[in-house]
Amino acid sequence: MEETNSAKVYVAVKARFEPDGRLIPLSVTWEDGVEYPIDRVMERKRAASMKAGGTGFRYRIRIGSRETYLFLEEDKWFVERR
Amino acid sequence: MEGQGRIILHADMNSFYASVECLHQPELRAKPVAVGGDAEARHGIILAKNQLAKKYGVKTGEALWQARQKCPDLVIVHPHYDQYMRFSRLAREIYGEYTDRVEPFGLDECWLDVTGTESQRKGGEALAQELRRRIKAELGVTVSIGVSDNKIFAKLGSDYRKPDAVTVFSRREMGEKVWPLPVTDLLYVGPATGRKLRSYGVETIGQLALTPPEYLKSWFGKVGLMLHGFANGYDLTPVARAGEESPVKSVGNSMTTTRDLVSLEDISAVYWVLCESVAARLREGGFLCRTVQIGLRDFGLYSFERQLTLETPSCLASELHRAAMDLAAANWDERRPLRSIGVRGTELIPASSPWQLSLFQEEAGREKKERLERSVEELRRRFGKAVIGRAAARLHADLWSPDLEKTQVIHPIGLLKTPL
Repeated sequence: MEETNSAKVYVAVKARFEPDGRLIPLSVTWEDGVEYPIDRVMERKRAASMKAGGTGFRYRIRIGSRETYLFLEEDKWFVERR
Repeated sequence: MEGQGRIILHADMNSFYASVECLHQPELRAKPVAVGGDAEARHGIILAKNQLAKKYGVKTGEALWQARQKCPDLVIVHPHYDQYMRFSRLAREIYGEYTDRVEPFGLDECWLDVTGTESQRKGGEALAQELRRRIKAELGVTVSIGVSDNKIFAKLGSDYRKPDAVTVFSRREMGEKVWPLPVTDLLYVGPATGRKLRSYGVETIGQLALTPPEYLKSWFGKVGLMLHGFANGYDLTPVARAGEESPVKSVGNSMTTTRDLVSLEDISAVYWVLCESVAARLREGGFLCRTVQIGLRDFGLYSFERQLTLETPSCLASELHRAAMDLAAANWDERRPLRSIGVRGTELIPASSPWQLSLFQEEAGREKKERLERSVEELRRRFGKAVIGRAAARLHADLWSPDLEKTQVIHPIGLLKTPL
């Protein structure tokens, strides 16, 4: 798909595979290179992002005191630009 | 309806290709959008359009230039088949959580039979609403869903109200809800059948339902009886189990060429390419076809089909080609340049079935030909399509663009679709 769309920001993610196959994202590295450790993954479900335009697994995560969504779409991670 | 009889859902993803494109490109959502083939390679037709484009009268199947005339601001995007396949698979995964009887009808439609499943307790309508909400939330596209006790009415229901809607057509309300609908809304009633029915004064599904079956049989043969049954909701065909391939009825291929076909030589070149691919797929599936059917479509989009029965069932490109060319030579008016042609092998039988050896054809020669064709395929598989080809086809290779095949896999019924 052409990524002409500026609301969709692909990000680098460090993640860990659990022995049972679950994939736990540990940190997100933003476009500017700053890495933010993920304090907690609250929920993971299949969901579309209407804002960024895409669908995949949506992780509701907490970074510090902020909650945000992180999407895994096939083999890439993205966040919605605010 | 519920409690007795089956609970069948038909889910149809609305403006499927266009919806997937609009999801991925949010800036398009407020604009009239169509998905179209490549205008320069001239297989430039509208494959799908969103609701806004529909308001301008843009139609699936028309040429890009026609659509632009109706709607100058139309945004035309190229198709992304890999994405459509992905969304199709994701939707089927969701359906599969409710029942193992999920029968796809193209990429964007599925029948679900939930009779006797855990989810039956929720009731057909509630279940349909749940599916509708989930598809929207999880995939970001919408479905319309029809609920009934048979596949035909379920499909009518999914067409009845869209997008993002659920329609229940129960048997009890058949007379007031289903029967007033135009007869052409019924599955398998294409434009030609619709015209013929109209000429007999049958305009609605109800009128069809009330037409004496013997009349319908005399007008359409056995098909007439089938249509009569459909109009009355007597459809008992099962919903196939997931992964259970629906039996292949025909193997065909068609091509919209990059320039008009103006001579039998042009047609022959294209038919070599098409027949080789049809023959290869027949062999792959272990079939022989008894009948060869061609479809021709000219620039005015006038189209027709002709068919002939082969003397001996065949899976040989050379025999398909000869039959296709006989049909073309006998039926094509060369004052009408062609824009798109297709060929199809139908009345398939397993290659292993015994058949009467022809008195006039030499069987040893045919076997040799088949070995030759298989070798050519093997070469292509190993070294690429371009490694070997018929000179007759190569001389006219300006007629097609090399990436055409991709679209043919997905759109086999698109261009030369026949009503019935």
